[in-house]
Amino acid sequence: MTLLPSRITDVWVYLSASPLLWLTLTLAAYALASRIAVATGRHPLANPVAIAAALLVGLLLATGTDYQSYFAGAQFVHFLLGPTTVALAVPLYRNRAKVRKALLPMLGALVAGSLTAILSTVAVALALGAPPEIVASLAPKSVTAPIAMSLSASTGGIPTLTAVLVIATGIFGAMTVTPLMNALGLKDYQARGFAAGLAAHGIGTARAFQVDSVAGTFAGIAMGLNGLLTSVLVPLLASVWR
Amino acid sequence: MVESLLILLACQMAGEALTRALLLPVPGPVVGMAILFCALLWRGRRTPPGATLPAEAGLPGQLGPVADALLQNLSLLFVPAAVGIVQHFGRVRDYAGPIALSIIVSTLATFIVTALVFNWLRRSQAKR
Repeated sequence: MTLLPSRITDVWVYLSASPLLWLTLTLAAYALASRIAVATGRHPLANPVAIAAALLVGLLLATGTDYQSYFAGAQFVHFLLGPTTVALAVPLYRNRAKVRKALLPMLGALVAGSLTAILSTVAVALALGAPPEIVASLAPKSVTAPIAMSLSASTGGIPTLTAVLVIATGIFGAMTVTPLMNALGLKDYQARGFAAGLAAHGIGTARAFQVDSVAGTFAGIAMGLNGLLTSVLVPLLASVWR
Repeated sequence: MVESLLILLACQMAGEALTRALLLPVPGPVVGMAILFCALLWRGRRTPPGATLPAEAGLPGQLGPVADALLQNLSLLFVPAAVGIVQHFGRVRDYAGPIALSIIVSTLATFIVTALVFNWLRRSQAKR
């Protein structure tokens, strides 16, 4: 039995070099996080992304694994963001009659919300003395990660930091959108969903789909539209604050 | 299921190709979503949009269930990027105040402005 510790090391060396380990652990952490969320009755504060990420960050630090090794496994999950974005066309198609009726409110809320998201972020960060690269990394924080990262890169920000800030915004938004809308007395699921997707992209959209399918559809539309508008606004506005 | 995944990937590929060819500042998957939406509208063009229609009218094969399965687990797909915070602990700690406050203030302000403008325009539209 003296061979056992070295065998365990062998197994660890094999597993830690293959994508299987961190792919499995990513799914396991998320499955556990989902159970916790369900056990709390999907309480907004028990956000599955936040819980799963905290568990995995703990594991990476405990095992001394760097992010590149982690991502070699987790990239298979990350890749599905693309086809899933395309899949948003399905709820959009199912709810096309509702969407057509709400075109004017959507466009008005889009312009007002997109400007608020960018300008308030930049104003607060500048007022608190954040350096230019942090301000540029924060400015596109309300849009989905791939768009935000390319906008950050083209305006002097740090793309991978932007990805983290985008996720933080999504998690904070998913935690606060339901209590905030209840406090405002807003019962219209179209307005609630649209706000969730506009300010908190895919994570807000995921939260909206958990609450109501119409809210989820409008969140998905808002996420797509704000991605487009922010792509135009951030480069334009960046020339003002830089 | 294979055909549904093929539809999603093909739309994404068409979107990626189009954004690169035309130098659009929009990500490929968002254009892919627009392509799929237009294709579905074209397929279902003979069925008028109305609440009485079954929701699946015009959707090919298993596309509905496959899209639902992906969208129900949308949160999972953000976990790998969220773990990326391990690369930025230093910077996030140094500017924790400005970063946290700017995200909190801006996200709440954006929720309020967006929802209220949407609600206000919807009501004024209903009155006319």
